[in-house]
Amino acid sequence: MSLLEVSNLRVSFPTADGVVQAVRGVSFSVDSGKTIGIVGESGSGKTVLTQTLLGLAPGGEISGRAMFDGADLLALDPAHLRRIRGAEISVIFQDPLTSLHPLYRVGWQISEMIRAHDKSVTKKQAHERAIEMLARVGIPQPRQRVNDYPHQFSGGMRQRAMIAMALSLSPKLIIADEPTTALDATVQAQILDLLLRLQQESGTALIMITHDLGVVADIADDVLVMYAGRAAEKASKHEIFYAAHHPYTKGLLESIPNSSAAEDRLKPITGQPPSLINLPSGCAFHPRCRYVMDRCLDDQPNLVPVSESGTHLSACWLPAAAAGTAEAAEAIRRRAVLTGRNADSARIAEAIAERPESEGSVIA
Amino acid sequence: MTGPITPETAQSGDPWPTDADLTDDVLVRVENLVKHFPVRGGGLVSRTIGQVQAVDGVSLTVRRGQTLGLVGETGCGKSTLARCIAGLLPATSGKVYFEGKDITNLPRRKMQPFRRDIQMIFQDPYGSLNPRRRVGSIIGDPFAIHKTATGAARKKAVQELMERVGLNPEHFNRFPAEFSGGQRQRIGVARALALRPKLIICDEPVSALDVSIQAQVLNLLADLQKDFGLAYLFIAHDLEVVRHVSESVLVMYLGKVAEVGPKDPVYDTPRHPYTAALLSAATAADPEAAATRQRIILSGDVPSPINPPSGCRFHPRCPKAQERCATEVPELEVKAGDMPTHLTNCHFPVQTGEVLASSRRAPRGESR
Repeated sequence: MSLLEVSNLRVSFPTADGVVQAVRGVSFSVDSGKTIGIVGESGSGKTVLTQTLLGLAPGGEISGRAMFDGADLLALDPAHLRRIRGAEISVIFQDPLTSLHPLYRVGWQISEMIRAHDKSVTKKQAHERAIEMLARVGIPQPRQRVNDYPHQFSGGMRQRAMIAMALSLSPKLIIADEPTTALDATVQAQILDLLLRLQQESGTALIMITHDLGVVADIADDVLVMYAGRAAEKASKHEIFYAAHHPYTKGLLESIPNSSAAEDRLKPITGQPPSLINLPSGCAFHPRCRYVMDRCLDDQPNLVPVSESGTHLSACWLPAAAAGTAEAAEAIRRRAVLTGRNADSARIAEAIAERPESEGSVIA
Repeated sequence: MTGPITPETAQSGDPWPTDADLTDDVLVRVENLVKHFPVRGGGLVSRTIGQVQAVDGVSLTVRRGQTLGLVGETGCGKSTLARCIAGLLPATSGKVYFEGKDITNLPRRKMQPFRRDIQMIFQDPYGSLNPRRRVGSIIGDPFAIHKTATGAARKKAVQELMERVGLNPEHFNRFPAEFSGGQRQRIGVARALALRPKLIICDEPVSALDVSIQAQVLNLLADLQKDFGLAYLFIAHDLEVVRHVSESVLVMYLGKVAEVGPKDPVYDTPRHPYTAALLSAATAADPEAAATRQRIILSGDVPSPINPPSGCRFHPRCPKAQERCATEVPELEVKAGDMPTHLTNCHFPVQTGEVLASSRRAPRGESR
């Protein structure tokens, strides 16, 4: 059994404009020592998904299960969840400046966290522990820097301090929510290396939320691609990058500028992500999909295996063999589209082909 | 590089020395630009106690219809450099020539005609548009300021612009909040395009956008460049994006040029250890490449530009640093075997095929 098993998680937020369906039935699992990358555009529900697990998304209507170490996180009472949060599951947020309190010393913030979970630790011990943690994440002169305020740290050092805090109680699971998005490439490389090294040392499971496919290619074992609150595709890293099945995953990969690509033009995905209040019928991706067919318009596909191994799942009506960028796969897609397309979907496909570059109409 | 261009030669109607390299396709030439910001302090009586050396002697050339990519880490001075070129910040010293005319620190009124030719697109599509004004009036601002079109003519011009950048012209009366991030960036592009500029300075124009939308905006910028013969000074920290859009690339480190040249030699055979480290740190959406790549992990952070390191500013983090690097400031020059436009600011440039000291990741169990 996996360390964390999320099944059919749904989260919606009632608002004045309507119900925002942020997460619409997502299942995934993480094993100890493994990393799952959750990828998707802004508003695809990736952050809500993980914050819900920790009780950090108040006001949402939640259903589903999230079994962590034998307990359902979604059913725990707040006091119990509070004991798990920080000690057994910890979070690293995107913005290291706003996630540290500006008026308290960095060392104090780390030792407070240690003492909040273990009252038997004295202030002195906790302070020593904070110094040790800062040293472990590679902060120079930790004995002096432990008394600095967050503004005295650079962006990379703040993120290291956040990681030190996240690791200080040796959690079983770390959720990293875009931990390197605000950092420069050289610092990002340092932080990713650090996360990997610490993970190897302690066998922690890691959920890496990011919109950067490069980060996923670098450190994930498995990848979950999210679109409009649902899993579009779930597979091992190699299957996602070399044999993508879902047209959305394919579109994401093709949008990235790549020096080895022969063409000069990038291939963006037409249009923009849908509003989570007013979702398209059927497959939520159909208004932007080059391979749209009739059944995509009103029949919502579920995640089904598309490889023999059974580990590669995709929520798309295209035949299982239509995976990857090879010409044979493209031919299978073409053939499927030819047979599966009639008046309605043909109109959508025509509209997409006509203005491949524009973003469609404004959000009303 | 050619000899210095004095203001006299530039202003006497003879824009460039008769140098074979310097033809009239040079749009912008920056000579030894310096921008220092005073640091104030000292108790009751405020006095200058230091200088932030944001840009310290940068020279560059932007050619007509071409793109110069500007890369470097946060705080290396790339945005300050861009603002000095656009005339938004006064330069401490050095010269900026636009079409051969010296436009350094011109008074407001004299700068006005040049502002038509030099426009900017900013990074944050949320912060750079006034939320309380309608899109039509935001895009129409350049026409109003430069008094080139009024009334119905202005509206027509604005709607043509909106159509050109892929926005629905009927949304003329909407507010920025009604548009998504990518669409707002298109509004910024339309505004920059209004007066048919010759140069657009793009300061991280796609950094805030998702990858699929980023590709749409990059394609739009490429189309506009082709149609209007625009030159771009393109600032970004994503090296693949810069490689995609640029003809030449300039790498900055702590206010100085580390390396500059046509993009292929700079990306394929970087000479400056910093360029090599930057390139090795960039992530690629390719697991095989990520697993086999040799990374040069730089230790520490970018030092403070108030007290930059002696000698070569990169020496405290450089894997190739020697004693000489701490004492002697290197010159930006052509290194052995490079083409004459590929310049490097380093005493001990990286040789082709040389592997720098790097951390190689421990092998991990790959799940396939």
